[in-house]
Amino acid sequence: MVPTEHHGDQWEPYVDNGGSTLAIAGEDFVVIGSDTRSSDGYNINTRYDPKAFKFTNNTVLATTGYRADCKSMAKSVQAQITKYAHDHGKEMSVEAMAQMLSIMMYQKRFFSYYVFPIVAGIDKEGKGAVYSYDPVGNMERVGFRAFGSSSALLQPFIDDQLGFKNRADIKPEERELHLPDLQQAKNIITDVFNGAAERDIYTGDGLQLFTITKEGGIELEELPLKRD
Amino acid sequence: MDPITYKLPHTPQGIQKPGEPVKHISSPAVTGSSVLGIKYKDGLMFAADCLGSYGSMLKFKNQHRLHAIGKSTVLAFSGDVSDFQYMQETLDELMNSERNWEDDQSLGTKSIYSYIHAIMYQRRSKVDPLWNSYVVGGIEKGKPFMGYVDLYGTTYEADSLATGFGKHLAQPLMRKALEDKEGDLTEEEARDVLLRSLRVLFYRDTRSLNLYQIAKVTGEGVTISDPTHLDSEWEFGRNIRGYGF
Repeated sequence: MVPTEHHGDQWEPYVDNGGSTLAIAGEDFVVIGSDTRSSDGYNINTRYDPKAFKFTNNTVLATTGYRADCKSMAKSVQAQITKYAHDHGKEMSVEAMAQMLSIMMYQKRFFSYYVFPIVAGIDKEGKGAVYSYDPVGNMERVGFRAFGSSSALLQPFIDDQLGFKNRADIKPEERELHLPDLQQAKNIITDVFNGAAERDIYTGDGLQLFTITKEGGIELEELPLKRD
Repeated sequence: MDPITYKLPHTPQGIQKPGEPVKHISSPAVTGSSVLGIKYKDGLMFAADCLGSYGSMLKFKNQHRLHAIGKSTVLAFSGDVSDFQYMQETLDELMNSERNWEDDQSLGTKSIYSYIHAIMYQRRSKVDPLWNSYVVGGIEKGKPFMGYVDLYGTTYEADSLATGFGKHLAQPLMRKALEDKEGDLTEEEARDVLLRSLRVLFYRDTRSLNLYQIAKVTGEGVTISDPTHLDSEWEFGRNIRGYGF
């Protein structure tokens, strides 16, 4: 007698646990938003499972995708960063960490982390830095980036509001003249996550809002989102 | 003389040839259905029925699915029974090797949970998973902790947790019970919602049984009840006619 539960030829070793992240770089700050819901299909696993990780006093890694890989990646990065601090007697810079993550991800090229990471921090010149990746480690430094289940809702909106794409009033080339200030960036993130929670079933429950500045280090605010 | 060979239902077909890609067994045989866990005022409470199914056959009707690991941790499992037994052996070995230091220290709930997660994630990364979902809970340094791990290595924590069908049927009942009392249930309220959940599962999950165990973790330690009969009501079915016929 064979159990009726039937599985295909090969078991799928990946799941998508949903959730969204969004990072905005300013002149001398970065803000990173990420929701705290973890889902599996139509089930909400938990309403509070943070997926943005604080590393040095200067860097945040925000992840989406397969949560077990996200946590595993964060653990490996933390191990490397601790080792770096012991070896060199200083904290790793955002630029170094960004490059390191790219390499760590490409090393798993043929059994990738199913993760869409964003690395955010303050660079050596004191400017806000956002690095975005695909799951095999292709890295790009950007001004702002949305990832995760709501990325298709969030990215076009910030392309318009922060990148000035397809607008009659401001040209994308004039973007540098219209960089958001800290409060504007934080407002965009809270507003946009409330919107995402309204339309995307995988985004909701809570919002973690990280603010990184050179003077203030990393600050974390936790705000409620729709729980339905 | 040829040796007698048996073909078990779950083994990969044929014999492994050298140089061939490794094949793994990736479907469960004897399985347990949902397990539930909830936090309450004095600690944590767990519930599971006592069935070990073989496909749709109710094969083992006294299968214990709640187990104590150490002095203040409960491990509740659903999924493949033999994979669980492997995990239990591994954990017993771990707890023993820690005990052999004779330093009056032992692994806390979070450490045990972390270890289970490490094994589960390692096995999923070999694409040879242990076919289980676990709810691990206990009290460590006076604080309650409860976490979930499954065959994907997915982990999360919450005030109420369920596996399998319980995710659909029991979790809403438990979340409502917690929300109504703002997360502060008495022992009676916790037991009540778990029994209601088990009853719903018995009504709707075909691989469930009306024989259950309840486990408790408090500051006093772990207590696991004997298998107990679950009352249910089927009389209303007498008056139901129809379904289109």
